[in-house]
Amino acid sequence: MFLSPELLAMVGSAFSPILRAAALLPHRLQATQPSVLLALFFDRSSTSVFSPQATPARSIFGLSMLVLSICATIFLIVAGLLLFTLIRYRHRRGYTVREPAQIYGSTQVELSWTVIPILIVVVLFLATARVIFVTQSAAKPVSALDVVVIGHQYWWEYRYPKLGVVTANELHIPVSDPAQPTPTYLTLSSADTDHSFWVPRLAGKMDVIPNKLNTMWFDPDKAGLYLGQCAQYCGVQHALMLIRVYADTPAAFAAWVAAQRQPAAQEQSAAEGRAVFQANACVNCHTISGTTAHGTFGPDLSHIASRSTIGSGAVPLTSENLHAFVEDPAHFKPGALMPAMHLNDHDLNAVTKYLMTLH
Amino acid sequence: MTTTVAVPHHPVEGWTQPSRGIVGMACLVLAESAIFIIFVVAYLFYIGKSVSGPTPREVLELPIFATVCLLSSSITVHFAVHTLRDSHVGRCAAWLAATVLLGGIFIAATAMEWYDLIYHYGLTIRTNLFGTTFYSLVGLHASHVIVGLIMLSLTFIFALTGKLAQVHSERLEVISIYWHFVDAVWIVVFTVVYILGR
Amino acid sequence: MATQTQITVNPALHRGWLHHLQDWVTTVDHKKIGILYIGYALFFLVIAGVEALLIRIQLLIPNNNFVSPETFNQLFTMHGTTMVFFVGMPILFGFGNYLVPLMIGARDMAFPRLNAFSFWISAFGGLLLYFSYFAGSGLYGAGTAPDVGWFAYAPLTARVFSPGHSTDYWTLSLLISGIGSIGTAVNLVATTLCMRCPGMKLSRMPLLVWLYLVVGGLVFVTVSPLTAAQIMLCIDRYLGGHFFDTQAGGSAVLWMHFFWIFGHPEVYILVLPAFAFANEIIPVFSRKAIFGYPAMVSASVGIGFISLSVWAHHMFTVGMGPGPNAFFTFSTMAISVPTGIKIFNWLATLWGGNIHFTTPMKFSIGFLFQFLVAGLTGIILSVSPFDWQLSGSYFLVAHFHYVLVGAILFMIFAAFYYWYPKMTGRMLSDKLGSWHFWLFLIGFHLTFDFMHIPGILGMPRRIYTYEADRGWAIWNMIVSSGAMFQAVATLIFVWNLVASYFKGEKAGPDPWDAWTLEWSTSSPPPSYNFAVIPTVESRRPLWDLKHPEEPDSHYE
Repeated sequence: MFLSPELLAMVGSAFSPILRAAALLPHRLQATQPSVLLALFFDRSSTSVFSPQATPARSIFGLSMLVLSICATIFLIVAGLLLFTLIRYRHRRGYTVREPAQIYGSTQVELSWTVIPILIVVVLFLATARVIFVTQSAAKPVSALDVVVIGHQYWWEYRYPKLGVVTANELHIPVSDPAQPTPTYLTLSSADTDHSFWVPRLAGKMDVIPNKLNTMWFDPDKAGLYLGQCAQYCGVQHALMLIRVYADTPAAFAAWVAAQRQPAAQEQSAAEGRAVFQANACVNCHTISGTTAHGTFGPDLSHIASRSTIGSGAVPLTSENLHAFVEDPAHFKPGALMPAMHLNDHDLNAVTKYLMTLH
Repeated sequence: MTTTVAVPHHPVEGWTQPSRGIVGMACLVLAESAIFIIFVVAYLFYIGKSVSGPTPREVLELPIFATVCLLSSSITVHFAVHTLRDSHVGRCAAWLAATVLLGGIFIAATAMEWYDLIYHYGLTIRTNLFGTTFYSLVGLHASHVIVGLIMLSLTFIFALTGKLAQVHSERLEVISIYWHFVDAVWIVVFTVVYILGR
Repeated sequence: MATQTQITVNPALHRGWLHHLQDWVTTVDHKKIGILYIGYALFFLVIAGVEALLIRIQLLIPNNNFVSPETFNQLFTMHGTTMVFFVGMPILFGFGNYLVPLMIGARDMAFPRLNAFSFWISAFGGLLLYFSYFAGSGLYGAGTAPDVGWFAYAPLTARVFSPGHSTDYWTLSLLISGIGSIGTAVNLVATTLCMRCPGMKLSRMPLLVWLYLVVGGLVFVTVSPLTAAQIMLCIDRYLGGHFFDTQAGGSAVLWMHFFWIFGHPEVYILVLPAFAFANEIIPVFSRKAIFGYPAMVSASVGIGFISLSVWAHHMFTVGMGPGPNAFFTFSTMAISVPTGIKIFNWLATLWGGNIHFTTPMKFSIGFLFQFLVAGLTGIILSVSPFDWQLSGSYFLVAHFHYVLVGAILFMIFAAFYYWYPKMTGRMLSDKLGSWHFWLFLIGFHLTFDFMHIPGILGMPRRIYTYEADRGWAIWNMIVSSGAMFQAVATLIFVWNLVASYFKGEKAGPDPWDAWTLEWSTSSPPPSYNFAVIPTVESRRPLWDLKHPEEPDSHYE
């Protein structure tokens, strides 16, 4: 556990980007801005707030560079003065004067270090207020995609009201072309406790609260997978309530929507598994379109095989994992609200096979 | 073992400071006010937000008589303090009795109101948001009244058994500050629950 | 003019241990009560520290299974709750109890029996909280300790989401110890306003006394909202109320407002005493009066007031509109102005001084640099859009630990080394103190400097494990390694406290050549503090005595 090969590989991989950066430093330093250096350092992670890929995350990033520069400057000046003072006025052997001159105050000096911070605060506040209002009061373009996000313990429900699509845990959205933006607008609420929707590269987080509707938006301009996770402690499995946002090209997105709108696959080879599913308590919690399963307590499974993970990102979707999950969800996610179904091996295999056909 | 320490000491004229009891009670009043403010804020926030059940307008009547009694008891306790300061323990006992009586009437009236609400209208603390916030706020106030009544009754008994004297007038004043606070809170509760809330 | 007082202690009277125990349990002497608070807090410091170590071992590597998710969630809840309510508050009340009457020339607190009652009821609250580990399924099943986080957001705390009694242990233990906090605050305020020795106008009080006065005022308007919210939670859980019942139209955000109206000023209640210690210790080891006393008083009072208006910066991500977000951004930035004034005044006190790097001063210097950083990360977080990224992440955890450990705990250590001689008559070992300081400094920076990075990389807080592919693992490992250093340093400190009591160099009444009234008594002081109530003519009465040719009273 402590000194496994994985550990050592990790330590090695952590340091190599630093070494690479250090090698490039002399060349880069001339033309480098702090943001580029930071991006170099932090880009290794797929959830860095310093790798924005959408407008909200970018405006936050710009503002953060301003405040970090101001704070870094203040730190260097004040800490520098402190260090200087401690060295210059330290007690030295042979210092015979018992007590130094007692200075009780100086109105001029004190006024200056009151007024200057006030000015800095005013500047910083105005810059901040601008970003607050621009982000929170942005008018919604007609071309925006509406998604309703409902947080559950411990999974995410996604509904596309205008497209008639209901899915879970993996959010597909179209990439937004800056020339003709097609942002995604999320309306967020919770079915149980407080959650928070956080995909750092796209936007700041927005809390997901029962009996309250919150909204947020983002417009990724590059296709790809953006990771995030629940950021408000919501119970036992808060840690594994992961978020996967797929920004698709317009064509890929249209194809995905079309596939999701189809009723669930009804393959002959999986008929037995479908029968097992419908005969058990599965139908109380899950929906599979075109069957008798209309439960809404758990994720919609109509197209589960089109997803790459199960358990809201807990484990990759493979036959083995799905089998183990259905047998006992606590194996991967102890405390998840889905109970072990206590199916016999035969039924378990059949159901797994059935679910794997639901693309 | 002997230790010698140097302690600065010179005479100072006219050094006075406030009374500990009064400052202490003022602090307690400040803290209790903060508790009440939170309950009042919750009450105000939830006005009109109940999803079901009886509304204030349907079930609440202005408790004029009870309010008059309680606010008058502030006057009687004020006289109790003054008569004790002037060494008239007998009269003080009478004013204390009047205060306890008026406060008791207020509690009885509250109890009768609650009986009516629970058995006639079916409004309990769990019925809806109105029920929860109403019983909490009014109940918190009533419990403070009861604590005050206990303190005043004890003082009354001390007066009757000859244990109360003029030297205790400041302590009685401290209790009276508490009692005035309880009455002031009632003015706020009355306004919020019976006037604004309906 | 000084009065020479002779204090004679009769060594012939030998008391049994039972007598001593009874003495301590029934004492109403502010000094003994102060020491009881401090000892109690030290005990819980070690326990909550162990909880932190367990958390850091679990997070050492991704997908670890050192503790179960349930146990982890209990650990961070108990760690936070214990550190704030059963370490921070008691230790600061302990020092306040001990020092305030001595510094104002009084013989005891205004209400000695209330003082004792406040301690014992607070102590009971802590024991009740920890009883939860033994209740329910018993100790090996980690009992039924609360697991809702130290700020217990609704509706996670509702009966339906937190069945059993774990949340009730949280609610009731804090309700009970809150009563103790209010009692102590009553004592602090009444003592300060009503029992100062002749000549000690408010403008001549030591800054420590001023800061504890502000703390007392803050407690009244701060702990009470928490008490109210907890009563409401009890009504919800046991009487079927709907204060925070979202199914019945209740509001989860209302709990947040009520909690943070308590929670933010609470951290100022914790930090103001740290400022108080700095105001006493830094001047003595710079050999200069504090620079800008009136500004320090105004800044302290100002911080107290402004701290009541910033609470919703804990709620920037909740979905308040742009108006409230902007307001709370502004108020949070505004509080940096008086806070900055204090840092600059400390800097100016050091400037032109004759700085002695004794152990208390080493910790105070650590405090100065670390509080500067903590304040600046606070400004970073006050920028609400940036907070939309960083709130609920390890950047936030790093920020508040920087304040709580880097500023407050460092100053508490400084206060120990400075006033231990007064309380016990013995000096703490300087050598062990050095080991303590350097080891703790290294551990602190390893842990809390590097902790900012996972936050920037998107790691949320309160997760019992994390994915291996996020790039967080190496930083978590460094963070966890620092915890070991801090643990060893703390053990050295506890050893120092115990060993020095028996073998430490004897301290006289005034080992540091300081200037406030507590140094005019013997070490430890007699139970009545002063045989003759002193009178003062300036802010530093002992400086005046030692420097009759240029007393402070000429310059004030």
